[in-house]
Amino acid sequence: MSKFEALTGNAAVATAMRQINPDVVAAYPITPQTSTVQTFADFVADGLVDTEFVCVESEHSAMSACVGASAAGARVMTATAANGLALMWEILYIAASNRCPIVMSLVNRALSAPINIHCDHSDVMGIRDSGWLILFSENGQEAYDNLIQAVRIAEHPDVLLPVAICQDGFITSHALERVEIYDDADVRAFVGEYKPQWPLLDLEHPKTYGPLDFYDYYYEHKRQQVEAMEHAQRVILEVAEEFNRKFNRNYGLFEPYRLEDAEVAVIVANSTAGTARVVVDRLRDEGLKVGLLKPRVFRPFPAEELADALSHLKAVAVMDRSISFGAMDNAGPLFLELAAALALHGVQVPMADYVYGLGGRDILPHEIERVYRDALKVAETGRVERRVTYLSVRE
Amino acid sequence: MTELRGWREIPIGGMILEAGNSVEYKTGGWRAFRPVFGEAKCIHCMQCWLFCPDSSILVDPENEKMVGFDLEYCKGCGICASICPVNAKVIRKAGEELARDDPRLCIRMIEEGKFQE
Repeated sequence: MSKFEALTGNAAVATAMRQINPDVVAAYPITPQTSTVQTFADFVADGLVDTEFVCVESEHSAMSACVGASAAGARVMTATAANGLALMWEILYIAASNRCPIVMSLVNRALSAPINIHCDHSDVMGIRDSGWLILFSENGQEAYDNLIQAVRIAEHPDVLLPVAICQDGFITSHALERVEIYDDADVRAFVGEYKPQWPLLDLEHPKTYGPLDFYDYYYEHKRQQVEAMEHAQRVILEVAEEFNRKFNRNYGLFEPYRLEDAEVAVIVANSTAGTARVVVDRLRDEGLKVGLLKPRVFRPFPAEELADALSHLKAVAVMDRSISFGAMDNAGPLFLELAAALALHGVQVPMADYVYGLGGRDILPHEIERVYRDALKVAETGRVERRVTYLSVRE
Repeated sequence: MTELRGWREIPIGGMILEAGNSVEYKTGGWRAFRPVFGEAKCIHCMQCWLFCPDSSILVDPENEKMVGFDLEYCKGCGICASICPVNAKVIRKAGEELARDDPRLCIRMIEEGKFQE
């Protein structure tokens, strides 16, 4: 039987890690992730898991240890945030390229400088070309559910890529919420036993990981990664379907809310989607046809499915919690990618981007309401007056 | 030259799934300098055989004598010439640089492009 507990996002993730019982966890503390591995270290000390917990001296070493353990044939997990993720950067590519199915809890936090420990998405957006799968979570429940599913997705023979599960720093990671925790045995049965195909520790079949790979084969290995990414979307949906059936959830590539008959929609990931849902209900009470689309899977980017889901709208407003500096109109990455997806799939809908919440700046319902009212005006006139708005920044 | 295979035909992630296959990778093409063996001067001490990082010193197992270099794998690093005790004993006049291709040496290193047998 499952039970409901009051847990922070980090504690929910640590609980998922306890139930998954990975062979190896290598991690370094960094705010706001720290309480995840701190809680998990308690589980290790209390003998609740069989995990080899590797304390390292940096995130670069944490991810390096994860790659080594994964190549050896272990089920491996870690957690980090912001500058920790940035320090892992070199090894993130190596994890993906070596096809190590590592699962990471990524607690989104602003990158320095100026130094800031609060939420935005500049950390995860920096790794969007690294070869990792990236999933967003609105709250502790989703972080917990996604982490459990991530193990199955990463280890699928058609994928074999690392997965990062995002949640918002402090807003989700440190807020106590009601989280349904499934029975340990059910979670263990769902994730199953990891059977690595090419473990280094199989001494009967010696092999090499990470050899020199020049102009004659490097390109072919990158092509294989593309293939794995293409398989990943199907695998994510298959795993979600099984998870939904078993645990009574409703996961897909993204979550539409009151979108079907909407004329305008906001696209926003992670915790702010929860706030936006309240705004949608309030505006719907006024009779306004507004909806919401909350992305779950960011890598691989479900371009065609998103274009389909948004094709009936008269205006789309994207909310980005990071800036792609120097990109077109200095917009956010979610907007840029979605704009390309809609254009290339023949969906002609006026779009605007709203950068918000950098460095943990609060995003309040009345601000999201302003985004909706802007979008309603665009729907009426068919004209976008401002492509990118830096919401709530002081002039 | 082995035929290059497509991305569907090779192990993922650059893994090499068999052991002991470095023999298939012929590194002789990396060479900028070629070692030349002065057989008459060699004392067959096997120091070059011991130090060669590419197992490219050819030894006759019958009489245990150094007989030359395996140029399919020799990268021309010159460790053999530098470790050779016969080379070390070549007398130099004060201030004279020991030339790589000094004919008095047991193992000489000669620029690959300029080499003539």
